[in-house]
Amino acid sequence: MVPLSWYLVFAAALFSIGMFGVLSRRNAVAILLGIELMLNAVNINLAAFWRYGDVRLMTGQVFAIIVFAVAAAEVAVGLALVISVYRNRHTVVADEIDMLKW
Amino acid sequence: MFTSTTFLSILPEVLILVLAVLIFIVEPFWKAEQRRNAGWLTAGGLLAAMVISLLFGQPGEPTTTFGGMIRFDWLGFFFKLLFMFAGAATALLFMDNEKIGQRGEAYLLLLASLLGMDLMAVSADLVMLYLAIETTSIPLYVLSGFMLADKKSTEAGFKYLLFGALTSAFMLYGFSLVFGFAGTTNIYRLVEMFTAGSLSVGAAFGVLALILVGLGFKVSIVPFHFWAPDVYEGAPTPVSGFLSTASKAAGFAVLVRLFFVAFPEFAASWTLTLAILSAITMTVGNLLTLQQTNIKRLLAYSSVAHAGYAMIGVVALSQLGATSVIFYLAAYILTNLLAFGVVMAFSRVTGVDEIMDFSGLSRRNPWLALMMLAAFLSLAGMPPFGGFVAKVFVFAAGVQAGYVWLVFVGIVNSIIGVYYYLNVMKFVYLYRMPNEDEENHPVPLTRPYAITLAVLALGVILIGTVFAPWFGWSDAAALTLF
Repeated sequence: MVPLSWYLVFAAALFSIGMFGVLSRRNAVAILLGIELMLNAVNINLAAFWRYGDVRLMTGQVFAIIVFAVAAAEVAVGLALVISVYRNRHTVVADEIDMLKW
Repeated sequence: MFTSTTFLSILPEVLILVLAVLIFIVEPFWKAEQRRNAGWLTAGGLLAAMVISLLFGQPGEPTTTFGGMIRFDWLGFFFKLLFMFAGAATALLFMDNEKIGQRGEAYLLLLASLLGMDLMAVSADLVMLYLAIETTSIPLYVLSGFMLADKKSTEAGFKYLLFGALTSAFMLYGFSLVFGFAGTTNIYRLVEMFTAGSLSVGAAFGVLALILVGLGFKVSIVPFHFWAPDVYEGAPTPVSGFLSTASKAAGFAVLVRLFFVAFPEFAASWTLTLAILSAITMTVGNLLTLQQTNIKRLLAYSSVAHAGYAMIGVVALSQLGATSVIFYLAAYILTNLLAFGVVMAFSRVTGVDEIMDFSGLSRRNPWLALMMLAAFLSLAGMPPFGGFVAKVFVFAAGVQAGYVWLVFVGIVNSIIGVYYYLNVMKFVYLYRMPNEDEENHPVPLTRPYAITLAVLALGVILIGTVFAPWFGWSDAAALTLF
């Protein structure tokens, strides 16, 4: 069987890629995509820990399902806000959404 | 097993949900100009819910219900009452804000986030905690971006969402590692696992740092404070007031429960980190406040500094520390809601919110100016207002725990605070409007504003003069942690 550490390294890598996407991409939708990657890394962690821990306890699976549901809600609100910004500014580039500073 | 305790442990949440459904049903039948009455309904309903909870839903011995998801104790109960009070005040302040007060869904979103905060205060399980935090945050994202035609508001909502989603992903990653290391997500069982466990100090510190990113965002400590000024300035002012008080207090409720209950074993490694963060938060918050010209941004940075003061109590990691944090938050919620309320009442009439624009307010509306003075002196930590006593307790807890240098930093920062708070009052009391005809530019208060501000001002004075009962309640709440 594949050892647990492989899953953890994979999840950490996915989390880092997602974080890099959030910090480096300028398009608001791409930033949201990066956040989704980070949340999926969490799900891999949870599922792996569940499988390699006590499989009779469902906590890991339930946690992962809740993360899915909340992530969907968050993205729904996020895209709605992106649309409302776009209607006002005609841009979704994060650098240009800069009225509020200092 | 479903017992009466099970039901009582979520009684306030059930009542909030009933109220939300009631508004959802009733509101469409009202005409457009009656819609603001949803504010009276929300505030009245929340006060009724507080009374009912106090009469029937008081917790006894701390118990855990819903299979370990919910902790039913005084700590959670006291915070619930605070949040519901803050929610009621915010609902009244919504009413005469024409962008938000005519819309029933604003009150619904407020109640939804209030539901999440109540659950944050009582969560005894990381799964529940995550769900509660998101239930709080998502309606607040929408409320921040509520004014669809306003460029600043939509930008504020968008920024809040991006920062919130990013930091909650960090926190969640921390939760998943905690689950992996300990094999459980129950906060009250984590302590056994971590004490007996094989976890090295380094790994524990890493996990705690990840969790701290998410909670630090909620309570807006430096370096996770960048969103606060932008969001507070852009969001509708009543929402900013709610964000800076109830939302921050909910973050502290979680912080206190999580760190006091689950990780006392790793105290040495994280109290020093928190102490340094607290010192940086106070200093950076205060120094950035000095150069603000917009009153909402000034209050935003000052609320960052206040998170630093409150953090001293967490750092102390003692019973007095926990008591002082809870007391501080109670005083701070009243004071900051009052400050934001005064700004709202002023901007609604004048349409501006620069500090310069407050010139001559004492002649335009002496009562409003007086309440602003009470709020700002309390924020600055002057007796006989609530802020003074709260600061004394927090500093006392810090000294008792041996963090004298931190308390010293806190006191120096309080003195800086006095400067910029009094600077605003200088415009209000000493300066005059450009053409000196204040009589022709009155700032009338509508009834919801007058009631809310009067209650809040009385509360600020009461908590500062008759502080023994408040301290007793905070102490009872803190006692359930140990």
